[in-house]
Amino acid sequence: MLFILTLIPFVASFFLILIHRFIKTKLGWVVIPVPIILFLFYLGMLPQTLTGKTISTHLSWIPILNISLSFEINGLSLFFALLISFVGILVILYSIYYLSERERLANFYVFLLLFMGAMLGVVTSNNLMLLYLFWELTSISSFLLIGFWFEKERSRYGAQKALLITVSGGFCMLIAFLLLGNIAGTFEINELLNSYDSIRQSTLYPAIAILLLIGAFTKSAQVPFHIWLPSAMEAPTPISCYLHSATMVKAGIFLIARFTPLLGDTILWNTTITFVGLSSLLFGSFIALRQKDLKALLAYSTISQLGLILCLFGIGTEAAIFAGLFHLLNHSAFKGSLFLMTGMVDHETGTRDLTLLHGLGKAMPYTGAIAFIASFSMAGLPPFSGFLSKELFFEAASEAPLHGLAYLGNFAYIIPVIAVLASLFTFVYSLHLFGTVFLGKEVSSSTPKNPHEAPIGMLAPTMFLVILNILVSLFPNAIAQALIAPAALTVSGSLPEIHIMFWHGFTVPLMMTIVVVIGGAILYSQLFAWKNKFNKLRCSVSANQIYDSCLYALPKVTGRFTNFYMTGSLTNYLSYIIIACLLLVSYPILHYGFITAVSTKDLAHIELIEVVMMIVTATAAILAAKMKKRVTAILAMGIVGYMVAMFFVMFGAPDLALTQLLVETVTLILYVLVLKQFPLGMDPHTPSNSKKRTINIFISLCVGLSVAFLSLFSHSNRLYESISWFYTAFSKSKGGGSNVVNVTLVDFRGLDTLGEITVLCLAALSIYVVLHLFTDKSGTVQAISDTAYLDDDATYLKDYTEANASPVTLMQKNHQKDNDLVILTFSKPVSFIILFVSIYLLLAGHNAPGGGFIAGLMTSCALLLMYITIGKDFMSHIPFKVGLFLPLGLSIVGGCGLLSIYFHKPFLTQTFGHILLPWFGKIELASALIFDIGVYFVVLGTVMSILFNIGKTES
Amino acid sequence: MELLIALLIGILFSAGTYMILSRRLLRIIFGTSLLSNGTLLFLMTSGKLQRGESPILGKLSTTYTDPLPQAMILTAIVISFATTAFCLVLAYRTYQEIGSDDVDELLGKEHDDDH
Repeated sequence: MLFILTLIPFVASFFLILIHRFIKTKLGWVVIPVPIILFLFYLGMLPQTLTGKTISTHLSWIPILNISLSFEINGLSLFFALLISFVGILVILYSIYYLSERERLANFYVFLLLFMGAMLGVVTSNNLMLLYLFWELTSISSFLLIGFWFEKERSRYGAQKALLITVSGGFCMLIAFLLLGNIAGTFEINELLNSYDSIRQSTLYPAIAILLLIGAFTKSAQVPFHIWLPSAMEAPTPISCYLHSATMVKAGIFLIARFTPLLGDTILWNTTITFVGLSSLLFGSFIALRQKDLKALLAYSTISQLGLILCLFGIGTEAAIFAGLFHLLNHSAFKGSLFLMTGMVDHETGTRDLTLLHGLGKAMPYTGAIAFIASFSMAGLPPFSGFLSKELFFEAASEAPLHGLAYLGNFAYIIPVIAVLASLFTFVYSLHLFGTVFLGKEVSSSTPKNPHEAPIGMLAPTMFLVILNILVSLFPNAIAQALIAPAALTVSGSLPEIHIMFWHGFTVPLMMTIVVVIGGAILYSQLFAWKNKFNKLRCSVSANQIYDSCLYALPKVTGRFTNFYMTGSLTNYLSYIIIACLLLVSYPILHYGFITAVSTKDLAHIELIEVVMMIVTATAAILAAKMKKRVTAILAMGIVGYMVAMFFVMFGAPDLALTQLLVETVTLILYVLVLKQFPLGMDPHTPSNSKKRTINIFISLCVGLSVAFLSLFSHSNRLYESISWFYTAFSKSKGGGSNVVNVTLVDFRGLDTLGEITVLCLAALSIYVVLHLFTDKSGTVQAISDTAYLDDDATYLKDYTEANASPVTLMQKNHQKDNDLVILTFSKPVSFIILFVSIYLLLAGHNAPGGGFIAGLMTSCALLLMYITIGKDFMSHIPFKVGLFLPLGLSIVGGCGLLSIYFHKPFLTQTFGHILLPWFGKIELASALIFDIGVYFVVLGTVMSILFNIGKTES
Repeated sequence: MELLIALLIGILFSAGTYMILSRRLLRIIFGTSLLSNGTLLFLMTSGKLQRGESPILGKLSTTYTDPLPQAMILTAIVISFATTAFCLVLAYRTYQEIGSDDVDELLGKEHDDDH
């Protein structure tokens, strides 16, 4: 049930995205049922919390991380939930008239619903991680709403500032949550209390408390994190009212209230909260006086009032907490109505500048009445509700040196002094706000628009808030019993006996109020005399300057750091990768002492010829690395390749040796074909950077050393038994072939081979694409068609027919420069011999060295021999396109695999049988041969299309 | 024997790494070729070297060399050919488009700080 309630705003915002295009009326009317429904549901829960009961649900979400979708409604959360949904109704109603239809209304309401859901989630969730999730979601929706008019630079700046500050605070809070969860072993908030003692005795308690409080202070815009709130005033006024005075900024207070039973009542906790609250209270009320913008004044006033509430939570007695929650309600009512009032003034006059607004009382009488009640309530004057909570505040503050903060000694008397001083400023700016805007002679010419009364749609919700104010002052005890008492009970565990009334007799709080009123009246009468002097005061360092310089410097510093290593040079990047790999490999070797784990037992014996081969290979490799001429380098590479093939011969791997020999040959041809296109020489241009070369040599040697070690290490340490015996044992009986390597490739590991030949096809295709696409001067990518090459051939053939020469003379004409007659004559028969051998290897591959890979490479070699001798127009002699071999081969292999499905066997199951043929005797036939033929075609197609395509592009 | 091959693998890897750290595209590709040759020998050594006949089953022998690394190496050889060819073509096209085969001259433009 609670889960569904929390989901409602999110679901609604999702549907709003989908359907908003089809709605003809103003979107607000569609949205407003959502908070109404929520409010009614929450109201229905009120009777249960009155008796101190809680309602909770629990849904498993990520059990392995202790994260669950668990929600709990207690007195505190219900108080907040009612506040959020109630103000939500009023704000949406107000916004319908405030925002014109030309605005991005869908954005507005989607963000607003998102915020409402997140905020309700914050107050109702019972899991720390869930709470964090919703907490950050409020920051994000606040970001989106502050930046609602994102065309304005100030909006973007304000949105970014709010996001950066609140999210950094949220991050601190997350750390606190993780520490808490680590100590308690659970993230469920009500279960945390079971670990009450271990949390408080933990050495991490100060860290948890401070980090959590940073989260709360950033969210509630407390000094020195307050700077985001005035900048956030760029948001539409209903948003400022809803997020930045009535609800979101109170999330910090909620957090402190929620965790007071667990973490509260320690010196660190109470002192920090009290003094941060006090300084915000004083600072905010003081700075509010010098604001010219109505909304800025209200923003600083909010900072100050939130400080007041926090200060009460810091004092921490039952009475103080009760007073704090009571003032929270009053503040939401009067500050909310003041914001909405400001919106109406702004809407009807076109300005919020206090120096331009005068005497609006005549033109906007209802607005004026609203402003009167709200600002006098804020000033703490009877008979308004603000007076009641201010009295409670004074009482708690004056008793703080005796109860609550008695450990501070005489120093605690600073609390009532600051309370009086700040209230004095509050009194003055409240009077200033009302007096300047609504009293005095009307000067309509100073405002951009001619002022008149606001529409009823805007007046009504504001009225509601004011009526709430009046209700509180009329029936303070009833409301406190219904709303505040259950909430205070959740926080402090027991209830003080409080009877709220206007007249207590001549008590200390009343004296303090009298001082405030008299002092404030004197100050207000002299306001214009000293305000100018006061405005000239400038603090040398402000929190805003620090923020701005950080915002400027951080990307600079990080950018410089990034540019330091992200040089764009491939060589550097490769070095990073190699060094990282080296560290990964060498750390465990050194750390676990693997050096000693290499055994020299069970080694194969050494023969002289192998030593010679090894020396030749090593020399060739070193030469290849040192060579400056590319032809010699290629020759050295060839030597390495052929020697590796020889090693395969020595180690009893005929298939490998054959494959390696053929691949080496084809690669050489490839190099020769491409080499023509490259500039001569391979050595680096600049011989001066010998330092870099030394580093490179050092890195290379380290790589060589570690790989050599790894090979020995892997040879002498086997974690698992080898599975090779399986292939040898079942090659004949299950695969029907004697060549184990070939049977493994085409039968046991057929799927791997299918993957491999797919890679081959992709490589061939990619090469085709890379060679055929180019970027023209305008920057668009274009393709060179095949016919462009064929056109060359066509003109060429035309020339040939005109000359009426025989093909042989043509060939001679073109190639006599390059090839001598002997090669020309012998290449054809030799090619055919190779071709036949390759077909034999293909068919015999299952039982003798050979197979599709080898046969395919060999056939390619035969064709390449012809290609080399005859040249470019060899292509036109082939009656088919080599590229077609690729799909052909893949289809054969795939079809062979699918065939086994037809026989209800798993994909790629092979079978074999024996056929008796005349002359040949008994012949073993395996379906794997079909598979191998497919492989053959793919290999042939790949090699030929790669080489032909490269050959074609020769300029 | 394994010691000797390990030394050879080390040399092949050193030479290959040195080459791929250079600035010329062609040398980088040659380097990858050397590295892949080293890898083939590495795979070979990870089985046991020279234990019996080549893995073509017959009546003559009962011990054979390890067929599993061989099957893997065969795959590796062919794939490395395809990738070498691809790298070569890529290098060739790069040279054609940009007019240089020096990787330090292929640097992209500096990113603007504004974006």
